Order: sequence, then C-alpha cells, then structure tokens
Amino acid sequence: MDRVAIIGASMTAFGDRDAWVRGLLAEAGDAALRDAGVDGDDLDHLYVSNMASGEFEGQTGVPNALAHDLGALGAYTQRVDQTSASGGAGIYAAWQSVASGASDMTLLVGGEKMTHRTTGEATDVIASLTHPVEYKHGVTLPSFAGLTARKYLDEYDAPRESLGKVAVKNHRNGVDNPHAQFRKEVDLETVLESPVVADPLRLYDFCPITDGSAALLFCPESVAEQYTDDYVVVSGIGGATDTHVVHEREDPTTMRGVVESSEVAYEMADRGPGDVDFAELHDMFTILEFLQSEDLGFFEKGEGWKAVEDGVTDRDGDLPINTSGGLKSKGHPLGASGVAQAYELYVQLLGDAGDRQVEGSVGLACNVGGFGNCVTTTILEQP
Amino acid sequence: MSFDAHRCPNGHVTYPGHTRCPECGEEQTETVDLADRTGTVVTWTTSTATPPGVREPNHLAIVEFSVEGEDVRALGQLTTADGVEIGSEVEPVYADELRDPEAGIREPESHEWDGYRFEPA
Repeated sequence: MDRVAIIGASMTAFGDRDAWVRGLLAEAGDAALRDAGVDGDDLDHLYVSNMASGEFEGQTGVPNALAHDLGALGAYTQRVDQTSASGGAGIYAAWQSVASGASDMTLLVGGEKMTHRTTGEATDVIASLTHPVEYKHGVTLPSFAGLTARKYLDEYDAPRESLGKVAVKNHRNGVDNPHAQFRKEVDLETVLESPVVADPLRLYDFCPITDGSAALLFCPESVAEQYTDDYVVVSGIGGATDTHVVHEREDPTTMRGVVESSEVAYEMADRGPGDVDFAELHDMFTILEFLQSEDLGFFEKGEGWKAVEDGVTDRDGDLPINTSGGLKSKGHPLGASGVAQAYELYVQLLGDAGDRQVEGSVGLACNVGGFGNCVTTTILEQP
Repeated sequence: MSFDAHRCPNGHVTYPGHTRCPECGEEQTETVDLADRTGTVVTWTTSTATPPGVREPNHLAIVEFSVEGEDVRALGQLTTADGVEIGSEVEPVYADELRDPEAGIREPESHEWDGYRFEPA
C-alpha cells in the first residue's frame, strides 16, 4: 500500500500574539505550502484543527476562511474539534484523506487564539468539555491533574520532586526552540516553591495559555519526491476514546485512550515501544508525561517518574521526550498543539532541529484531549 | 432531594447515568440513592485557580461508594480539606447552588446546579 508522506511543515511563533485565529492559521498554512513549493489551488483537501474559535473570539467557519485566504477555493474543507487533541485528530483526518485515495494533496492547519481571555475565562472554555455533574462542582482540567497527581504519588511512592523535574527538563529543551513561548530555564526550587494551583501541583507544573498555529502538508509517498527529497512518512496512527466522566475510570492513573491508540499505531507501523527513538508527549500538566510514558509502553506502570529522575528522557538520554520543550515551555494553543508535536518530529527526522537535534529515525507523538478523554498517537519515520 | 446512581439489570452501577450501561450495554433501569451512604476518598485536591462563579479555593474529591458489592465513584466539592486524606470517610451534604450558574460559559438552563458536597465523617 502507498504510504502517506508529509512533504511540508511549519509552525508560527507560539505565545502572546497580536494576530487573531484567521491570521494565525493563514501564517502557518502559507509557510507549510512554501516549505514544499505547493500552491493553494493544488490542494484537494484542507483541514483545520481548532477547539473553540467561536467561544474564544466569535469567529466560526474557519476552514472556509482559510481556503479563501490561501487560494484553495474548490478544496474540500472541514474543521476538526477534539478539544486539546484536535491537532492529532486532524492528522488522522488528513492521513485518512490521502490513504483512502480521496485526496492527493491535503493541508492540515491547527491553531487557537486564547491570550485575550483571562486565565479564568480560558480555563472555563476548556472546562466546558466536562459532564454537567463535573462542571457544576467547578472542576477544571488543572484540578483533574491535581487529583491524579496525588493518587499517582501515593500509589507508586514517587517523590513530589520528580514531577518538578519534568518541568525543569522541558523548560531546558524549550530554550533551544525558537518558536517556544518560554525560552528560559527554571530550577527545581523555583518549580517547587511556585504558587499552588491544584494541590499538590504548582504553577510550573502547568502549561501556559498560548496563541499559535502549525501546519503539515500530506501526499502519497509515491509522488513525494516530485516535490522534495526532504519528507517523512506516517508509518502508524491510531485514535481512541476513554470515559467522558473522568471519575468513572477504574484506575485513575491509567489513560486507556493512550494505551489503545498506541496499540493501533504500533501495529500499523509494525513497531513497538522499544523502536521509538524520541517522542513528543502531551505535557499539559507534568503528571501527564508520566502517565503517557507508561501507557505508551516506554516504562512499566508506576516507573515513569524514575526515568525522569535517571535522565533517560533528557535530550542526551536513551529516549528523549519533548525535545521541543513540550506544551510546558513551547505553549499550548489547543488546536495547534498536536500539529506542532508532529512538526517537531518532522524537523528532528529531517535533521533540521539545530541545537536541540537528537539522533533517530522513528518518532512518536501522543496528543491528549480532555483529561485523556480522546487520544491520537502518531508514528512518523524517515522514508 | 436524592443523589442518584444508576443501575442496569446486570447490577453495574454508574454515577452519573448513561443511555446504555458502559460495561454491558444494557439499559439502566434503576436508581440507587447515595445521599445517606458513607464513601471513601480516592483522591482529592484544592484548586486555587478557579473559573468565573466558582468558589476559591475549591476543594474537590473523588469518592467511592459501595452499593451491594459494586463500587461506584462520584466527584464533588469537599466542605473542607482539613484533615482529609486518601482513605478518609466522607458523607454527602446537600447544597442548593454549587457555583453561580450565570457566571460561566455554560447555558444556565442546560443543567442543574444543586448537588452534594462531601463532609468528613
């Protein structure tokens, strides 16, 4: 079967941006087309990953707006909303469009504009994904992280410091990412003494609120070389959902959506966790990096924290995790994040990652929506 | 007032209810009131960055109840975090408004805003 190639990619600067969602999407989309030398009118399909442009700024219909701005009139367009995992779900939709033969050239652009809202308002937009029996109690995504972190530390005798070390590592990686929102190292003491947000988690255990966009351009592998010698292939992809109501999960420290989506992706790629050279995980909260690194099969359940303590996931470790700086330092513009994870894998696989370059030919990205409610796992490889 | 969990003919219990039992797919036909039962804290947190209309700080817990051998969990506000630990026993206490329905993004008419907080037993 003809595999699906990614022949172009881009991401905008992440952070506090003046542009609104249409401008952010157009900036990333235009850059990805230029990266591959493809025109807007060459696009058969155009997907936009976005959670809440209507709620955040009152702009709906963004795929149509983007098609017009990029000169892609006539293309089939569709918005993909899977909350924080909209980007990963967009990769799935774009991959499917090419793999099925429905499209020979698909552009995916993920983006979100958030920073014009107060932290409380943005938190409320995101918390609106919860069930009424959760929402009425004022639950937020950060409070799910606090509940889960307490359980994890208690269950596996992990020290509080190990969570702080995830933040320290990802901030260190972000220093070398020119697109990152924060390019500043933090020390463990700063993390552990920052204000409590959802006990036992503190400010530096959480990703910031961010504006930004990222894009990927897909075509059949058989024609990729007509456009560029620098491309990667989607060797495996899987998506899965877990409970909507978070407290209904049998084990609060396991994300079944991560387990099940990765099983599908590994099988498609004919790979296992031991074949992965580097990974981008959805560290919206530090505790999520532990849960995903275990549920993807990189480490035994309850042992993910030891890998961080031992430096295994450092940039010079055996399995570098979040070389981009992760959501933690790069920022988390909801719909863009899953696309930006794949952008990092793409530049690493092409050898274009500059000071943060690591070795390897197989990269994995895990994009998590809600609190593990919906997950996409993607494996990208050198051809 | 009642704090209703939902049960299917095969004895599986969930809170809240679902159109079909998540475990076996059967229709849930009965309710079980948790209001007079004692539950156990599975985990808890104190949230200090709360959205519009939510008390600050907001103490929250996931609590497990046993209903004729079946475990069922619920998330809810704690009346206090003082002395609360994993494994603590708590009892539901009715509150007529858990957060201000007018302040958040959700349509006030779309669901109920009363419910049960958990008080250390």
